[in-house]
Amino acid sequence: MRGDRAVVTGIGVVAPGAVGREPFWELLTAGRTATRRITCFDPSAFRSRIAAEVDFDPYAAGLTSQQVRRMDRAAQFAVVSTREAVADSGLELPAADPGRVAVSLGSAVGCTVGLEEEYRVLSDDGRHWLVDHTYGVPHLYGYMVPSTLAVEVAHEVAAEGPVALVSTGCTSGLDSIGHGARLIEEGTADVVVAGATDAPLSPITSACFDAIQATSPNNDDPEHASRPFDARRDGFVLGEGAAVLVLEAASAARARGARMYAEIAGFASRSNAFHMTGLKPDGREMAEAIDTALRRARRDPSAVDYVNAHGSGTRQNDRHETAAFKRSLGDRAYRVPVSSIKSMIGHSLGAIGSLEVAACALALRAQVVPPTANLRHRDAECDLDYVPLTAREHRMDTVLSVGSGFGGFQSAAVLTRAGT
Amino acid sequence: MGPSGTAVVTGIGVIAPTGMGTDAHWQAVLAGKPGIGRISRFDPSGYPVRLAGEVPGFVAREALPGRLVPQTDRWTHLALWAARAALDDAGVDPAALPEYAMAVVTSSSSGGTEFGQHEMERLYRKGPSWVGAYQSIAWFYAATTGQISIRHGMRGPCGVLATEQAGGLDAIGQARRVLRDEAELVVTGGTDASLCPYGLTAQLATGRLSTVEDAARAYLPFDVDASGYVPGEGGAILVLRDAAAVPPGAGYGVVAGYAAGFDPPPGSDRPRVLRRTLERALADAGCAPSDVDVVFADGLAVPAEDLAEARAISEVFGPGGVPVTVPKTLTGRLYGGGSALDAATALLALREGVVPPTAGTSRLAPGCDLDLVTGAPRRSAPRTAVVLARGHGGFASALVLRAVRGRDADGRGTTGVTEER
Repeated sequence: MRGDRAVVTGIGVVAPGAVGREPFWELLTAGRTATRRITCFDPSAFRSRIAAEVDFDPYAAGLTSQQVRRMDRAAQFAVVSTREAVADSGLELPAADPGRVAVSLGSAVGCTVGLEEEYRVLSDDGRHWLVDHTYGVPHLYGYMVPSTLAVEVAHEVAAEGPVALVSTGCTSGLDSIGHGARLIEEGTADVVVAGATDAPLSPITSACFDAIQATSPNNDDPEHASRPFDARRDGFVLGEGAAVLVLEAASAARARGARMYAEIAGFASRSNAFHMTGLKPDGREMAEAIDTALRRARRDPSAVDYVNAHGSGTRQNDRHETAAFKRSLGDRAYRVPVSSIKSMIGHSLGAIGSLEVAACALALRAQVVPPTANLRHRDAECDLDYVPLTAREHRMDTVLSVGSGFGGFQSAAVLTRAGT
Repeated sequence: MGPSGTAVVTGIGVIAPTGMGTDAHWQAVLAGKPGIGRISRFDPSGYPVRLAGEVPGFVAREALPGRLVPQTDRWTHLALWAARAALDDAGVDPAALPEYAMAVVTSSSSGGTEFGQHEMERLYRKGPSWVGAYQSIAWFYAATTGQISIRHGMRGPCGVLATEQAGGLDAIGQARRVLRDEAELVVTGGTDASLCPYGLTAQLATGRLSTVEDAARAYLPFDVDASGYVPGEGGAILVLRDAAAVPPGAGYGVVAGYAAGFDPPPGSDRPRVLRRTLERALADAGCAPSDVDVVFADGLAVPAEDLAEARAISEVFGPGGVPVTVPKTLTGRLYGGGSALDAATALLALREGVVPPTAGTSRLAPGCDLDLVTGAPRRSAPRTAVVLARGHGGFASALVLRAVRGRDADGRGTTGVTEER
């Protein structure tokens, strides 16, 4: 291992209520919510009829007719985010040696929308188990294999190094960045385009989360439905989007005079081996991930200046991670601001982990902590400083971002101001 | 860093069209006994492809705990069975190892396709309230890793990689990374099971499936009559341990080298990456091409792809310079499970000292200047094997495996092949 750490030199975002990095940061710091009644299909037959949708015109975002036809919505988000991130980094691509450029893209559910839309046609709305293959579109296989998302990004940046789609459910977007940083640390790549995308808003997704009552049924007040850490929370609100980061070895970024948002100083993941959807209230495995990530970052818990929480807005999550923060950070847990941007942009499954890391990098740049929107009623079980409603100026060198997901996966990343 | 930094494969669980269990698979591979036949899981008569490799005799209700069966797709059923078999083969009791030092890293190509088709059918025929609670945990690509982790109490850094047919090798490469960083044991590999009507229809869209109806002639990589490939289900799960935890000489083989690359976009004038990826994997293993005793090729059986792969092999080893084999002609391509099964077969070849043959292929296509092992197994006592894999869209991976007898007392692989079996 060369031991050179990965730094973030470019950020691209497609988020609910904000296409683009700066609109995203503006939304977060304004504490504005992007949750609303679902418009991309008729949600009236569902228990939860709300989501955080991206107002996205792929043509206005620069995609061509063939790209729009070929790419699932998740791929479109990924490619548009990638372009913004690369432009932001100032990197010249294709690189002199494309073999040193890698892609680590996360996605929890791949091309769900494309798969479901084509299923409807092939089965004639579910009438035929033996679906009619003559109605198959040329890109159908591309929808079935989520690796297509990474293929599109790799083509966009002319990557010839390792390219992978990382799919660990709702921690995919943290894990893909952890994996990308690892490729730089071990010397396999000089540049890694790392991030995640998900566009899960479709009837099958809503139906499957309805079935386990995981999503909020607060249909009468969608703008205030995503309420992490609030006593009245009643489930998460689905979202969609993508965030892509350009990661480079710190020495190379410094040598070319690149602007460095942050260093990916430490990453770790653990599994609870307990239940596919359930969490024990003690937060033990998440705490273990946090401890390990901090150790790798050579940071003491007392150095943590901000925690970007998973904060999905389910009671079991909020208790679980509050316990994990106390376990890992001790007294510091009570003194450090903790917030959840899912309160504003919903839970975009695998994508959200990368959106949250992007938010952390932007928070380090601005020295401002984004708030937890909709937090108006304190929950006795959640007794930390969750930065309710209003963004806060705050001095930060070291921030922690955590994720938790189906399958029992728990991940933690530590970002530091580059050069500290 | 793990104590030795060397990853040894100590357990293998095969579940494939060639049989359930490593022995059944290996005997079928040596005998050239095909696992390809007419699709039985649904009526394929209305489709242009009717052949596939199906796992014979697997009944999930008998093979797995009852509660897991309705919660998971067949792809995960197969992996749960293979993971248990691999752990048994490795003689490991997970309860006796530190919980955070055990991890699971699998490859998934398309997730729970059949489960998803059932649930979408319920949604559109009957309505949203008919979609079951398990759709949320059965269909997504992480289901297999999550279920193996839960079943065996493995709380270390788990992962899931999706790079289509290259995924098995990428999972093994990642497992080695995890082992070097922090784990003592990693369960890795992959499976796939997309032989439902929607899954097959999606695969047809590539135009790369063989429509030949004679099972013995349908999948002929590197042959003049290559006509595309046959799909299959199944795969292999491996147990990787750090060499320091394994008695000298134990295990199937060492993961000596790994590399992954990605092709330039179609239409680019840049060369494709398989050759460079293979060279990088050899460099990672500290191997010269002359050290390699056998190459398990990807063998897509699409003529232009066969030619590209044959050229990459010839450029590195010289024309006909290394024995090449494609045992997957017996199983079809297993996508997320495919290259994991190739790695398992290669490890068995190293342990048994035999190169298994490629069944079917008889006349090499022009330009495919390969020493393709056909007919009988070749008892050449291979000590170092290379496995190649390519995934749809441009993924290319290479794995170098070395026989365990070449390890020194510290568990570090030696680079030469001097020691006789």
